[in-house]
Amino acid sequence: MKPEFGFREHPHTADWELEVWAPDLATLLEQAARGMYTLSGMRLEAGSPQERSIALHAADAEGLLVNFLGELLWVEQEEGLGFDVFAITVEDQINLRAELRGSAIANLDKEIKAVTYHNLAVKTTSQGLRVNIVFDV
Amino acid sequence: MVTLQDLKRISDYEWEIPQTFRPDMRVPVRLFATRRMLQDVMKDKSLEQAVNAATLPGLVGHVIVMPDMHQGYGFPIGGVAATRLPDGVISPGGIGYDINCGVRLLGSQIRLEAAHPHLDALATALNQHCPSGVGEKGSVRLTEAELEAVCRQGSRWALKQGFASEADLRRTEESGCVEGADPNKVSKRARERGRPQLGSLGAGNHFIEIDLVEQVFDSTAASVMGLEQGMLAVQIHCGSRGFGHQICTDYVEEFQGAVRRFGIHLVDRELVCAPLSSPEGQSYLAAMRCAANYAFANRQILASSARKAFEQVLAGKVKDWHLYQVYDICHNMGKIETHLIDGELMKVCVHRKGATRAFGPGATELPDEYKAIGQPVLVPGSMGTASWVLVGTAASMEQSFGSTCHGAGRLMSRHEAKRNVRGEQLRQDLEAAGIHIRAGSMAGLAEEAPQAYKDVDQVVDAVVGGGIARKVARLHPLAVIKG
Repeated sequence: MKPEFGFREHPHTADWELEVWAPDLATLLEQAARGMYTLSGMRLEAGSPQERSIALHAADAEGLLVNFLGELLWVEQEEGLGFDVFAITVEDQINLRAELRGSAIANLDKEIKAVTYHNLAVKTTSQGLRVNIVFDV
Repeated sequence: MVTLQDLKRISDYEWEIPQTFRPDMRVPVRLFATRRMLQDVMKDKSLEQAVNAATLPGLVGHVIVMPDMHQGYGFPIGGVAATRLPDGVISPGGIGYDINCGVRLLGSQIRLEAAHPHLDALATALNQHCPSGVGEKGSVRLTEAELEAVCRQGSRWALKQGFASEADLRRTEESGCVEGADPNKVSKRARERGRPQLGSLGAGNHFIEIDLVEQVFDSTAASVMGLEQGMLAVQIHCGSRGFGHQICTDYVEEFQGAVRRFGIHLVDRELVCAPLSSPEGQSYLAAMRCAANYAFANRQILASSARKAFEQVLAGKVKDWHLYQVYDICHNMGKIETHLIDGELMKVCVHRKGATRAFGPGATELPDEYKAIGQPVLVPGSMGTASWVLVGTAASMEQSFGSTCHGAGRLMSRHEAKRNVRGEQLRQDLEAAGIHIRAGSMAGLAEEAPQAYKDVDQVVDAVVGGGIARKVARLHPLAVIKG
């Protein structure tokens, strides 16, 4: 039986495709972030914890997902930071507030250029929510 | 889902998905491939993506897919689509996140026999002079004013700074500067990403490669380009780095609202677009041109760094160590061009995503020395296989909006490549085959393994058979530097 939340990679010819599932949108966003970091081969340094807050608004759940992951890529590339503790709240499916804790990146195997909207749709299932995300790499 | 039965044969090298395939298609899809290649084409969703692209407003002619096609996001990689001005649309996803990703070829008079003892040192020097890899900053750090100058001037900025010669610019598509760039249309975030990265290769499928000119097929064209069998050449493959990625990201987001405002129905949100005549369309065009010019400058600075590496290793050891520009091409771009379509000269926006401009002989856009032979087209293979130098043809102007293929094209997913190939073993195999490898990441190297790509010779045979390019020379890899 599939766990309540998680992510897994799907084959994609040129880019990376990640399936993410969770009981609710906040957990889906967290799992998508963890999945993205896993695909990149990210490893964080021990110690010197860093905290960041993110507040976002989007037109819909898909927009929130793309923008949230885009923010994480921005912090990754500009500040060299990744996160492993997520406290995310979502209101009305379009407003997000995230308190994040992590540290400097010790290793990153691959660079993600962008989070795409390709066939992006947050779908409701009997277990909660599911989405497939394609990353341009 | 597109099947083999849906394809109508036009010739041995050209196939069509008729407009009747799906009611929302506005134009047919034309595919350049041999019958043998069609089985591979069906393995992923690239043709389905081409059909989706064929639904965009304002398309003319056909949506064209090249034999190196593979599944991308929104548009397929290897896709060409032209929209009529002023009311046709421009789609950032039809150009890609790595705006003006492209290839530069430098030729030389360095004989392989003379350079052979120094190849390993050359690979090391290139790796030292040309920053590459995940998150690596460039060799040039720009102020805000300098970034704006790069956006507006492209390679001309590099010329003023001593990174280029007039001959380099003359032998660059658009002379290394697309007019109409406006840095005011570029976000603060894109600027912040762009300032520290100029003069860097990046990671992924980007590379610098030392090649041997292995075989010449058209001695006249090769001679005009200065390519001679037995001599070394250098290829540089990269684009606009985080600057272009962010500009595309920003406008894909902005256009999510624009399609609602313009009442455009989409089958895939990554195909978002806006009419070329709209303020949104014009803003993207102006921002995209900033990234295009940044990429021209980026490859120019990397070429300058490659020249320094060659001088450092070969000066005093070989007679002439200089690298001169053969050509620099874009393969992710949106260009306003005039084409003869259905007997009418029409101004169109040609989207090329993983496709190379391939203008035929006589095109006014070409430098004088190339007007008789047609535009040089640079088709890199995978790191263990050949690359090709082609030229555009008169037929490419009629059949494919003056476009042809851009590379070998992926066959295997990155996931599958990583599962089947060990990076360190691959590096050893390539070294044993006489190819010197410098790679920042073994995982990244595995994803780019030669077996993950189509046979580039078959790709080239298909575009040559289809008449949209001619063979000039085949290159063999000697050293590969990857991020």
